[in-house]
Amino acid sequence: MIVGKAKPVEEVVDMVQGYQRILVVGCNSCVAVCMAGGEKEVQVLASALRLAFRAKGREVQVEEAMTERQCEVEFVDTVRDKVEKAEVVVSMACGVGPQTMARRFPDKAIYPGINTSFMGQPEELGVWSEQCGGCGDCVLDQTGAVCPIARCSKRMLNGPCGGAQNGKCEVGNDTDCGWQLIYDRLKAIGQLYRLEENIPARDWRTDRDGGTRRIVREDVRA
Amino acid sequence: MSERSEDKAAEPAQEKVWKSGSRLERLLAKGEFVVCGEMAPPQSADGSVIERKAENFKGFVDAVNLTDNATGIVRMSSIACSALAIEQGLEPIVQMTCRDRNRLALQGDILGAFALGARNVLCLTGDHQSMGNHPQAKNVFELDSIQLVDMVRRMRDEKVFQGGDELKVEPRIFIGAAENPFADPLEFRAPRLGKKVAAGADFIQTQAVYDLERFGKWMDMVRERGLHEKVAIIAGVLPCRSARGLEYQKTSVPGMSVPDELIGRMKAAEKPEDEGVKICVEIISQLREIEGVRGVHIMPVMWERILPAVVEQAGLLPRPEVGDEG
Repeated sequence: MIVGKAKPVEEVVDMVQGYQRILVVGCNSCVAVCMAGGEKEVQVLASALRLAFRAKGREVQVEEAMTERQCEVEFVDTVRDKVEKAEVVVSMACGVGPQTMARRFPDKAIYPGINTSFMGQPEELGVWSEQCGGCGDCVLDQTGAVCPIARCSKRMLNGPCGGAQNGKCEVGNDTDCGWQLIYDRLKAIGQLYRLEENIPARDWRTDRDGGTRRIVREDVRA
Repeated sequence: MSERSEDKAAEPAQEKVWKSGSRLERLLAKGEFVVCGEMAPPQSADGSVIERKAENFKGFVDAVNLTDNATGIVRMSSIACSALAIEQGLEPIVQMTCRDRNRLALQGDILGAFALGARNVLCLTGDHQSMGNHPQAKNVFELDSIQLVDMVRRMRDEKVFQGGDELKVEPRIFIGAAENPFADPLEFRAPRLGKKVAAGADFIQTQAVYDLERFGKWMDMVRERGLHEKVAIIAGVLPCRSARGLEYQKTSVPGMSVPDELIGRMKAAEKPEDEGVKICVEIISQLREIEGVRGVHIMPVMWERILPAVVEQAGLLPRPEVGDEG
C-alpha cells in the first residue's frame, strides 16, 4: 500500500489561513489502512482546525468528506457538492488525491493534509516500512524477493557494502541491511549462487530518470 | 632452432604492457611490499594544505589516497587534491564514490583525473551522506562500486563509454576497490571480493585491520578462491592516538572490528600515542606474514604527522625506486 503520515496541524493551519469554508477530504484506500487519511483522521484534522482557528479568535466552517479512491475522477465526483460549497479543500489522500481533485475542480484551491511516504507494508501495529522502490524494472527474481532498490540505503545491486554489520545498515535507526536480508533469503531458498554473479549497471529510464512516467496500453484503451 | 629465432621468441615476453604504468602498479609487479597512505583533503579552499601535508608522505609512501568527501563530509575534491599532490612529487590514488555522481559525472571525472596525471583510482560506493555534515543531501548511488570498477575497466581496455560510444584516448588507470573483511555476512565477503576482481579490480585496499583473527579467516577464504593471485591486496591499518578514539571506532564506525584487548592496552599505556604507534607497527608486521597481503595502506585519521614514524618503525624504509625497466 501507499503509506503516508499526517502533516503537523500548524502546517495545515498556515495553508488554509484566510479561508472561511474548508473541506477536509479523506480517502478510504491505502491511507485509511495505514491510519493517515481515513475517516477517523479526517475527523481529527477537522476538529484540530476548528480548535486552532477558535484559539485565534476566528470561527471557520470545516466540513468533512470521504472518497472511496481519491486517485480516480469518478470517485472524486461523489464529493462534488461539498467541494463546490467550500472555498478550499484539504486532501488527506496520498499525493495523487489532491492532483485528481485539482484536475476535476480546476478553479478550487487544493492543499495536502498528509505527507506521502512510500510503498510499504505494516510490520507490526503502528510500524510501517518501505518495501518497493517503484523503479519500473523489477529485480526481485534475482534477490530472493527482497528489493535492493527500496531496502538497501544505497540502492546497490551488488551489495552488501562495507557498512553492514550485525544485519544492520550504516545509516542507523535500527534499519535492517537489505543485502543481509537478501543473503538470508537466497540461502534459505538454495540460490546463493545468484550472489556470485555481477549485476550490471542498470537502465534507470524505467525509474523517474526517464522523465515523468506514463503507461499506455492499447489493448485496454477505449 | 637457431640462436636468432630463440632471441626473437624471447623478446616479446620482456616487454611488459602496463595497464597504467603507475608507480603502484610497477612496484607491485616487482613484488615489492607497497605502502600507501591516506591524506584528508582540506575542509576549505586552501590548496597550500596539500603542500604542507605532503611532507609527511613524501618518501614514506609509494602512493597517497586523497579521500572523496569521506564519511559524507565536504572537503576539497579528490581530483583537485591529486593534481596538487602530483605537484608535490607524490603519486596520488584518486578516490571516487558513487554517492555524489552519476555515470556521466564519474566518467567525466575519470577522463579529467587521467588528463591531470592521476594513474590510480579507488572505486567506492561511498559512505551514506546521513553520516556526514550534509544529511539533507540527495544521494545518487546509481552505480555501485562493482559497476564503477567495470565501467572504468571498459573505458580503459575496451575504449568505450558506459553508454556504448567509442572513446578515442582511453584513461590508462590502475583500478582499485575497497573491501571490508569485518562487514557482514563474513561468508560472503570473499565471494564479493571475487565479484570486484571479475569486474576488473587491479588492487584492493581493505578497511583498517585490528582484528587479525577475523582478517586471517577472510584471507583464508580469499586464498581458497585464488583471488590473492588475481588482485593485489593491500591491508588497511590505522594508527590510533587514544583509547577513546579506538573505542569510538569500535562502537560508532560501521563495519569496524576492534578487539577489547587493544583498547585495554591503550587505556593502560602511559603514553597512549606511543602505544598506538606500537600497536600499528605490530599489526603491520603480522600482516606482512600473511600470504597474499601485498602491502599496507596507512590511514592516520586526524594524525597524519605520525605517518613517517609508523613507516620507519615498521622497517619499511627506504621506499623503493621505480626504474624505467618496469
